[in-house]
Amino acid sequence: MSEQPWDRDRVRSIIDTLKDKPGALLPLLHGIQDDLGYVPPDSVPLIAEALNLSRAEVHGVISFYHYFRDTPPGQHTLYVCRAESCQSMGSEALEAHIRQRLGVDYHETTVDDLLSLEPVYCLGNCACSPAIMIDRQVFGRVSPQRFDAILENLKVNA
Amino acid sequence: MITVYVPRDSSALSLGAEEVATAIQMEAMRRGMDINLVRNGSRGMYWLEPLVEVATAQGRMGYGPVGVADVPGLFEAGFLEGSASPLALGLTDDIPYLKRQERLTFARVGITDPVDLDDYLAHDGYRGLARALTLEPAAIVEEVTQSGLRGRGGAAFPTGIKWRTVLNTPATQKYIVCNADEGDSGTFADRMVMEDDPFVLIEGMTIAALAVGATQGYIYLRCEYPHAQEALNAALAAAYEHGYLGDNLRGSGKRFDLEVRMGAGAYVCGEETSLLESLEGKRGLVRYKPPLPAIEGLFGQPTVINNVLSLASVPVILDKGGEFYKNHGLGRSRGTLPIQLAGNVKYPGLIEKAFGLTLREVLYDFGGGSATGRPIKAVQVGGPLGAYMPESQFDTPMDYEAFAAIWTVLGHGGIVAFDDGVDMARMARYGMEFCAIESCGKCTPCRIGSTRGMEVIDKIIQGEDRAANVRLLRDLSDTLLNGSLCALGGMTPYPVLSALNHFPEDFGLTAQDTV
Repeated sequence: MSEQPWDRDRVRSIIDTLKDKPGALLPLLHGIQDDLGYVPPDSVPLIAEALNLSRAEVHGVISFYHYFRDTPPGQHTLYVCRAESCQSMGSEALEAHIRQRLGVDYHETTVDDLLSLEPVYCLGNCACSPAIMIDRQVFGRVSPQRFDAILENLKVNA
Repeated sequence: MITVYVPRDSSALSLGAEEVATAIQMEAMRRGMDINLVRNGSRGMYWLEPLVEVATAQGRMGYGPVGVADVPGLFEAGFLEGSASPLALGLTDDIPYLKRQERLTFARVGITDPVDLDDYLAHDGYRGLARALTLEPAAIVEEVTQSGLRGRGGAAFPTGIKWRTVLNTPATQKYIVCNADEGDSGTFADRMVMEDDPFVLIEGMTIAALAVGATQGYIYLRCEYPHAQEALNAALAAAYEHGYLGDNLRGSGKRFDLEVRMGAGAYVCGEETSLLESLEGKRGLVRYKPPLPAIEGLFGQPTVINNVLSLASVPVILDKGGEFYKNHGLGRSRGTLPIQLAGNVKYPGLIEKAFGLTLREVLYDFGGGSATGRPIKAVQVGGPLGAYMPESQFDTPMDYEAFAAIWTVLGHGGIVAFDDGVDMARMARYGMEFCAIESCGKCTPCRIGSTRGMEVIDKIIQGEDRAANVRLLRDLSDTLLNGSLCALGGMTPYPVLSALNHFPEDFGLTAQDTV
């Protein structure tokens, strides 16, 4: 499997910092993904060895949780809420607009590498539905027009 | 110097509060006026966010919703002196939506700077801990038992009884775990506590630790809440620095360490045993019960695992006494319920009231009806596993038993309203789809039943042998209800069957067809 190169020493140092915590695997995977944007499949043997787990166990955990990804994301990650509250305020139309506008479906990245699109099930912004989040920034009452403005702004600042 | 408040709550930020705060700073500077800008939490009246407040001699005057473009006009109108303006709301505390509430757990939310320990202390913070430090563990447990507090995560199990089990189970290591995996759509009360008053959760967990003899705590926080993570970590650092956490709590010689652990987008990890597996660094597979977590929980040790709201209610119970808390509410539902009103309503927000308001009062007296102005057709209470309730059930009082009696669930107190544009057959299908996406896969009814459920509902929607497929859907739901290991599979039939029973026409059926 060919992969993008990643810095083995950085990952080793993240592993060394976190491996002795009780129940270290999730903090460790977060640490790697916070740094690299994803958990490279090639890093699984390093993690497994450090925690005295099998590679299958580590892979099983990475694949169980929706948040962890094994491919590099675009420059930003766009999370679109698909849950009931947002649906009650028109999120299905918003989702359709976003997919069409970006030309990608969920779990894909735009061709210009600007955005990776992910579904999310609730951002706790249900009083301001429909909601989206870009990286760590939440947006409420997002109409298709508002989304376009947010996107333009993101492109300008890219 | 005049104090101006602009919320840092993520919902307020989602409507532009950060930009408004910057604009106010810039405008004040431009006019050579010195202001003290405090980033408070949200008052929970989200249709008014960003809600800007100014401290005056009469009290805090509210202005909202404020956009960046409104800022020069507000200065021009003299809002720093509390003057009238088209956006003026009068004294914030006098706004009826807020005035009609009984805020116990949310007493400080929206008022204080969430990460300022001094502000917390100035608003009765850490008084519960001060009292707990003078009590024997059993006396703390007794106070919580007396209060009648039941788990606010949804299961409504008496908190005091859970704590007593942990207290009475001998072990060298015990844990306090906070379930902050608030994944239910329509709920945001946990998020508000953690972003807008994180010290109250830390204090509640510290009291729990003293009550049962635990020395380590974890807040298991969903990764969809980055703002809560920041606020909690800032509050934890301040609590450590001032001896409210660590190896010598306020000089008592007692120890309690607390850490935030991030989830990773798995809804099922809100189920307590799945959460414990996840904290241990594993896939979030649900455990068999017994053993109860109170006896064999995190790393096999006795563990108190409570929801954010349950733990955040503990400080006021210790401060003012179990009797005080118990005097709110009705029947077996004692105290207050933080109701979260969301979805298609005109005035969405946080409503903390003693148990007993009817759904109709919440939806219309507080919520003002739908946001779109169309009739409210259905509401889902209690998250994605909660039943859809039609208008004929809107007079149900919001307490655990009244809801259970009509096969609905109060859950975490979240309400999502839908107008008459909603297609309930699609919502039922979504219920199954959500279960399929989020199933941990351990038990067959949930893992496979959810996918089969989607297929059957698709056939009903398409008109394929409707009567037989409705029977099949009921049969399948029965298997999910009775054969699943946890509430994910076990409660998915609530939204599905309630939609079918109350809105058969959306499935292309007449009322007789659904029997």
